[in-house]
Amino acid sequence: MNVIQFMLHNRSQVLDLTLEHLWLVGWSTFMAALIGIPLGILIAHRMRLNRPVLAGANIIQTIPSLALFGFLLPVPWLGERVDRLAILALTLYALLPIIRNTFDGIRGVDPAVVEAGRGMGLTESQLLFKVELPLAVSGILSGVRIAAVICVGLATIAAAIGAGGLGEFIFRGLAMVDNRVILAGAIPAAILALLADFGVGWIEKRLRPR
Amino acid sequence: MIEFQNVSYHVDGVQVLTDLNLHVARGETLVLLGRSGSGKTTTLKLVNRLVLPSSGKILVHGTPQDEIDVINLRRGIGYVIQEVGLFPHFNVARNIGLLPKIEGWPEDRIRARVHEMLHLVGLPEDLASRYPHQLSGGQRQRVGVARALAADPAILLMDEPFGALDPLTRDDVQREFLLLQQRLQKTVVFVTHDLREALRLGSRIALMEAGRLVTVLSPAEFVKSSDPWASAYVRAFGDGLESAANRGTS
Repeated sequence: MNVIQFMLHNRSQVLDLTLEHLWLVGWSTFMAALIGIPLGILIAHRMRLNRPVLAGANIIQTIPSLALFGFLLPVPWLGERVDRLAILALTLYALLPIIRNTFDGIRGVDPAVVEAGRGMGLTESQLLFKVELPLAVSGILSGVRIAAVICVGLATIAAAIGAGGLGEFIFRGLAMVDNRVILAGAIPAAILALLADFGVGWIEKRLRPR
Repeated sequence: MIEFQNVSYHVDGVQVLTDLNLHVARGETLVLLGRSGSGKTTTLKLVNRLVLPSSGKILVHGTPQDEIDVINLRRGIGYVIQEVGLFPHFNVARNIGLLPKIEGWPEDRIRARVHEMLHLVGLPEDLASRYPHQLSGGQRQRVGVARALAADPAILLMDEPFGALDPLTRDDVQREFLLLQQRLQKTVVFVTHDLREALRLGSRIALMEAGRLVTVLSPAEFVKSSDPWASAYVRAFGDGLESAANRGTS
């Protein structure tokens, strides 16, 4: 039995785990965007905050994922449901690219354009929503895109704490020393990563000002 | 109209502007002439509060400027800068119509105003749907002026608006500016380092050097002035023409 046959034979489980995986990735990317985009906007305007915030996001990024999952396990509310925990951990990892790209996107808006807008009497919020965000949107979304792809990869580790997802196949395959089982997790994960990249790219194209 | 009373500005320990006293009368074009770093752009930005004075007072329409809501203040003052700063994601019509739209004008009045403004600055109406990157430098600059005038401000601040244009286009827009100003009679503060432009456009020229106002003269007075700084400008200007002429004959 080759990989394809194995996957077809276990198709309902492959589908379930893929959906679980998508659930983890979707929520964590969404949460990270919800936190990261406003944070990126904030530090682009309050320059004093940019170093500590970016340093914080960088430090999170250096914690090995398996260790982070382990650290969070004994936390009371989180530890009760491992998918909750996995989503939090993945959110933390997804923050850096989103904050970074939002920051760069807003900082990259031509200062003459911002000054002209401020000088003609736009309020700070009009400046943000009518000028800065539309011009930074493709940078911001490319951050979301990178975050989604990182999450697809990292979410496989979440299986180690029992949060499900395609990592289950991978860990099981490792334990069984069976490449087919590993690939049954790895191939759909790779496809998911491509789809996430493509999907956010599509949104980016739709939102980009001309 | 605009009055500076003992205005100084310093930032990070650098004295940018020292004890400026200056009055800009209604309907005149006051040119701030000076070298880079002389404080002329800072002076301009003090008017619409993009820069806040360290000390002293600035009156706009007779009211201390810090008693006016800054957004309202700015909406009553047109602002044109050298880089133009057109919104690259808006077409020409939206660029010109942005402030009227924010001020809540009805759509058809905005559209009429956009066409009126395009006409005023000598641009064809079919430019309205173009985007800034599709325009030439001269067209962009004209759109910048049209945008600044759209909400009919009484005051116009212009920071080297024609500085980036080639000499022939600059000559065109300067001539158009004069015609425009004859009709509209705005109170204009115009920053430049180009004496020819200052003489041509200004009703008065305020010469600045190292953060201080040296003198304020009419163009006719300026060319005859015995003031060392003013005559230095005139001499440098004349030298250029003379040496070119001499090179031609020898």
